[in-house]
Amino acid sequence: MDLGMNEQQELLKNSAREFLENECPESHVRDMEEDEKGYSPVLWQKMAEQGWHGLLVPEQYGGAGFDFIDQMVLVEELGRALVPGPYMSSVFGGAIPIIEAGSDAQKQEFLPKIAAGEVIFSLALTEPSARFDEAGIQAKATVSGNDVTISGTKLFVSDAHVADYLVVAARSGKGVTLAIVPTKQAGVKTTVLQTIARDKQCEVVLDNAKGQLLGTDGGGWAALGPVIQKYTVAECAYLVGLAQMDFEIAVDYAKERVQFGRPIGSFQAIQHKCADMVTDVDGSRFIMFKAAWSIASGQPANDTSIAVNMAKAWCSEATRRVVAHGQQIHGGIGFTKDYKIQLFYRRQKRAELAFGDADFHRELVAQQLGL
Amino acid sequence: MDWSDNPEQAKFRQEVRAFIQTKLPERYRPKAGESAEGGEGFSGGWQADRKSTDPERVATATAWANALAERGWIAPAWPKEYGGAGLSTIEQFIYNQEMAEAAAPSVGGMGVSMLGPTLIVHGSPEQKQEHLSRILSGEVAWAQGYSEPGAGSDLASLQTRAVRDGDEYVINGQKIWTSGAHFADWLFALVRTDPEAPKHRGISFMIMDIKTPGLTVRPIIDMGWNHPFNETFFEDVRVPAKNLIGEENRGWYVGMTLLDFERSGIAGAISYRRAMGETIDFLKNSGKNFRRQDFNSTRLEMADRAIETEVLFNFSFRIVTIQSRGLVPNYEASVNKTFGSELHQRMSRTQTKAWGLFGNVWDGKSKYAPMQAAHVHDYVGSVPHSIFSGSNEIQRNVIATRGLGLPRG
Repeated sequence: MDLGMNEQQELLKNSAREFLENECPESHVRDMEEDEKGYSPVLWQKMAEQGWHGLLVPEQYGGAGFDFIDQMVLVEELGRALVPGPYMSSVFGGAIPIIEAGSDAQKQEFLPKIAAGEVIFSLALTEPSARFDEAGIQAKATVSGNDVTISGTKLFVSDAHVADYLVVAARSGKGVTLAIVPTKQAGVKTTVLQTIARDKQCEVVLDNAKGQLLGTDGGGWAALGPVIQKYTVAECAYLVGLAQMDFEIAVDYAKERVQFGRPIGSFQAIQHKCADMVTDVDGSRFIMFKAAWSIASGQPANDTSIAVNMAKAWCSEATRRVVAHGQQIHGGIGFTKDYKIQLFYRRQKRAELAFGDADFHRELVAQQLGL
Repeated sequence: MDWSDNPEQAKFRQEVRAFIQTKLPERYRPKAGESAEGGEGFSGGWQADRKSTDPERVATATAWANALAERGWIAPAWPKEYGGAGLSTIEQFIYNQEMAEAAAPSVGGMGVSMLGPTLIVHGSPEQKQEHLSRILSGEVAWAQGYSEPGAGSDLASLQTRAVRDGDEYVINGQKIWTSGAHFADWLFALVRTDPEAPKHRGISFMIMDIKTPGLTVRPIIDMGWNHPFNETFFEDVRVPAKNLIGEENRGWYVGMTLLDFERSGIAGAISYRRAMGETIDFLKNSGKNFRRQDFNSTRLEMADRAIETEVLFNFSFRIVTIQSRGLVPNYEASVNKTFGSELHQRMSRTQTKAWGLFGNVWDGKSKYAPMQAAHVHDYVGSVPHSIFSGSNEIQRNVIATRGLGLPRG
């Protein structure tokens, strides 16, 4: 029993932090809010050279073969730096589904390219019903051998506008089915939504879009189980990093900002907010890593399932409390576009909603507790 | 990161579990449908049971104490040379988890947790010789005299005065919240020996027989109509000078010594997890009729409490991780204390809520009392948890200043 990082994880954390402090400063995050693509291909390639895109990809497919806890250590750092772009989409929405459900040929074809940053993937899961469950998948799939033709609308698809391929969940006569769908075809029409986080979530209209079967016809929902679990925990890790940085900025500000002749951080009203923030951030980190450990070490399915739901329920609300305190501690300046703290506040909401907020996961926890 | 036992730890856990299985007296075991906290079993704890007028209670307490003593498990954290089991931090963590899982009462009270370890660090060979074995044999129970009516959160402003007179100190003043003093045989106290010195530097750590003439213990009845603590008055109480622990005027530091045994407070998370399981089980089975009709919002609150229990588990787990690396927890201990005590209060509130109007019933023997009214009792009983051991306001100050480096006000 031990709650600490190992040497490799410490190394990964430190090198990622140093890299991102240089390569992804606040100015870059701001630039990308107004950039049409929403990411920098230069930074994208540099991240790939760090081996980050293929961290979880097995070595035989051009990856580094790290485990899921290591991957979460890295994602926490990405959240801390608010790294813009399709990293999460490509790794958790592309590499993971292919690792989980792909044929060896598909692994050979796509994983080395994802690891090298040569292609971008994204997961097209939710639809205008905005449901996260199996019944929410209503796009129509027609399967013929290895070929899949899909029609329907997928909504809140991150980075679809720059993705080369989408992993699309659609419904055939046999049930939910996954397909790898190239975006550069007439049957795929992508519109970027303007969102609170100024990230790039899209509406994707599929009209007889052609793709290749991923996994088995009708086996899509089962294949998505571990994909959604991992993606959900990754969103928790992103939230942990984001909240940690928000908290650090707020504490620094409280030490510097002087009113009534003393730093506002000397007032207990501010101190107690900061104490609650560190409690929420630390609590989020550990419950996230518990879920990551449960996945990485192959704990029994029931245990992993409830650990993931608990992590997302807690992280969604605890980090929301953190960024709200972060705003309050900053007073008026925090509400301006020019000051950095609001970048965290707006992005927290995106990740809070991704793969279900606290209400969604709390209900699943209640069910699993037998309530 | 690893939430599971390595083979050695698993073996030790099995050992503790098997011990409890065979040695925990029947009356200390909760029955199905009963709350471990409020059932028919004796739950007053060892300190109360050993001084009970009910011979069965005394026999139960003694049997359990003897079983633990055989293994050196009355004081599992103490070094072997002083009669403890010398368990590693992680082993203590496992031991404490398993005891909490079984709702087994701990034995030895403040003597084991506070006074003994203080003596081990600061006591003279004679003081160790005289007192340690009597703690381990269960012969002597200890109470703590720290707080005073005018010294709560600001403990160092305490005024109870000790004046040296030949081979004795003469003590005058008053202590308050002396938990269990009515069951205790000896008292350890912080007293002022130099009123001129800065407040932390004029305090001494003193021990005394609670029957010393001039020392009076008076009950304080709490808002749950129980008698957990007392006021203790000192009128010319003469204590032998050899009962000073450590140096004169260094008592603050003697009392605040960080003792290097497991202080994760893991029993909290384990017992909340167990209690939640008991409640859910009861709600679905024998207690169906107690469940409020409009249950859904309570149901989701219960899920939140279960999630928060895991958060608390991890906070405890962090403390023991820090300790097992030979480091001393800093603000992390205060995070544990605030989060744990506030969760305790939320837990009792949520569980009481499940019973709707039956949340009125206080009499645990009433046919209208769900789970022996344990949650209702806890709703009242958890109130002081955010106050004692350093109020949560003080803890948050500590987190902010010592932990986060914010300037002191």
